[in-house]
Amino acid sequence: MSVLVWIAAILAALLAGGWAFRFAGQTATGNKPYFRDMPFAVAFGYVAAAAAILGGLWLWFQPGAVFFRWAVQGFVISAIAAFIFRLAGRHVGTEGTRKMFRQMPLTAAFGILVILIYAVLAIFAGVIAPYEQAQVFTGVNILPGGDPATGGDPAHPLGTDQIGRDLLTRLIYGAQNTVGIAFVTTCLAFLLGGTFGFLAAVIGGWLDNVLSRMVDVLMAIPSLIFALLLMTIASAWAGSQQWLLTIYMILIIAVIDSTRVFRLARAVGQNIVVMDYIEAAKLRGEGMSYLIFKEVLPNATAPLLAEFGLRFCFVFLTIAALSFLGVGIQPPLADWGTMVRDLAQFINFAQFSPLAAALPLMAAGAIALLTVAVNFVVDWMLHRSSGLKD
Amino acid sequence: MSSLLRIIAQRLLLGVLTLFIVSIIIFTAVNMLPGDFAQAILGQSATDEAVAAIRRDLGLDQPPITRYWVWLTDTLSGDLGTSFAQANFASFTGSETGGGTTVMAQIAPRFENTLFLAGVTALIAVPFAVGLGILAALFRNSAFDKGSNMFALTSISSPEFFVAYILILFLAVLNPILPSLSNIYEGMGFGERLQKTLLPALTLTLVVTAHMMRMTRAAIISLLASPYIEMARLKGMKPMRVIVHHALPNALAPIINVVALNLAYLITGVVVVEVVFVYPGIGQLFVDSVKIRDIPVVQACCLIFAAAYILLNLMADILSILSNPRLRHPK
Repeated sequence: MSVLVWIAAILAALLAGGWAFRFAGQTATGNKPYFRDMPFAVAFGYVAAAAAILGGLWLWFQPGAVFFRWAVQGFVISAIAAFIFRLAGRHVGTEGTRKMFRQMPLTAAFGILVILIYAVLAIFAGVIAPYEQAQVFTGVNILPGGDPATGGDPAHPLGTDQIGRDLLTRLIYGAQNTVGIAFVTTCLAFLLGGTFGFLAAVIGGWLDNVLSRMVDVLMAIPSLIFALLLMTIASAWAGSQQWLLTIYMILIIAVIDSTRVFRLARAVGQNIVVMDYIEAAKLRGEGMSYLIFKEVLPNATAPLLAEFGLRFCFVFLTIAALSFLGVGIQPPLADWGTMVRDLAQFINFAQFSPLAAALPLMAAGAIALLTVAVNFVVDWMLHRSSGLKD
Repeated sequence: MSSLLRIIAQRLLLGVLTLFIVSIIIFTAVNMLPGDFAQAILGQSATDEAVAAIRRDLGLDQPPITRYWVWLTDTLSGDLGTSFAQANFASFTGSETGGGTTVMAQIAPRFENTLFLAGVTALIAVPFAVGLGILAALFRNSAFDKGSNMFALTSISSPEFFVAYILILFLAVLNPILPSLSNIYEGMGFGERLQKTLLPALTLTLVVTAHMMRMTRAAIISLLASPYIEMARLKGMKPMRVIVHHALPNALAPIINVVALNLAYLITGVVVVEVVFVYPGIGQLFVDSVKIRDIPVVQACCLIFAAAYILLNLMADILSILSNPRLRHPK
């Protein structure tokens, strides 16, 4: 309860501070319009921001606030990296890309940078990673940092897990497995959902009705629950062949997510098929594939591309959640969701060694970082294509 | 008013129909299991008699349509069957009725716990998200708006377990304010129960707030260009009053919709969060049953999740009709 009292006290102090700040501004400037017309909430905002900055500075110099320092350092470094990346993009490349980088907000530049890094890691995992993903070493539970004084080992910069596998290697291979599988699944979902969605839009009639009702029913079951139910059955089908289970998982999630893609593709397609140029193409006697690939698809690229990004995030998070629950990607493959689950208990040692608590957070953070990055890029793309200026 | 009742009745009927089809899908999916449960329970070395006995015990020798009918009527009368994990032993002890726990007895207390968690979350998340959305609309394009937008995007895209472990790290391990394990048992005092539920509820709040907040902001901002808002502003009304009294009632339909959708999302989110905090809810039971392939429990949990999901979507539909006079009197 004392925590609640503290929060209330701080809030009251900030409110009083906001009022005092405005009053001081009014008397000091002789009631200038800026202070005279200032709403109380704005004054409160100034005081709260100042308090937050002061509190942050105070926290920075506390010996116990290791995580806060890490977070601030990470934030500053990523902001600088994004800024340099955007600066480089503005001066290198073709006229088109340079123009794109000039209009880009920093968050989108950060997103693109992160996605590029992940892509490189995923593609060249075998070259970059220092060891094999299932290789077991004698040193177990080595802490990250590489400093023997704090329980690290220079040979394993990010430490090892409880059976002695190198975590840096597993994180890099995780990029290949988790991201790769999510990417394949999303592509499959788009192939399925997009094809049927456009077919439903172009042909219409009974096909549209049947497909739409089917999708409605499938969407009435929450997707993670449905995936878990089907994974139960898939695990019985797969038996002891673990790789088969991964294939089943890809198919299951692709089918479940294709329903959402179907909805969008159909809606976008229906807006396009009523256009005059589609009518003209039909009168010319063009076939179905020409209509879909040459007329509808090019005009539906922007919303579909944004949806691809969002869908990828959902698929990626679903796979991570399934793996975290122990029914997703199976053990010999390195995977971030499984890593979080295996290392989770280390979080309870945070008070003795912050490095131990960092173990599960590394893998979870790797997942979060990628989805945040994709969301930043999609947000910017949607903003740009809709011409929204708020 | 009668047309309103008719619309609601229509939606309800549609919901029941959807639930019926969903039950067929769940049943079919479960029956796609290779071999049958009897074999799965007893393993490779079972004698034929034992397999046949269990099959009879569980009614697996009937054709699928009969079994579906029995399952459906039993479910409707509140009997969700016997958990396989327990049925297993019943047939060996020889008692006809099976001494094992029924699925209903397993699910009922956990269902209540999950409802409690979802309720606490909704009580925190909805006012918080709508309030934040209104503030973001009021101070649009300010540092506050941009900051809350970035916060929303970050929390919407982090996996639930990441948020959960970050909260555990800061609120349970480094500063022991709240317990990191939600071991809830029967007969617990309300205050203690609330305290143990708070951390999972906060996690879920962070996960669902972002979407609701962004929608609230967008719904209000899209109205700000309308002439009647301009009028209110020209009258010299304060910005806060313009938004709360004039913009908000008209933006209510999309906001209610997104709130209901996010409460429906809670149902999915609850699974992961319950596992992280070892919260004795229905989500954890579901995951455990999935792992040991306890089919009746999986079936029942799936049906309950789907029913809750459909119900919330239905509520979103009906409430948005109620809040919008133009939908209440369709042409």
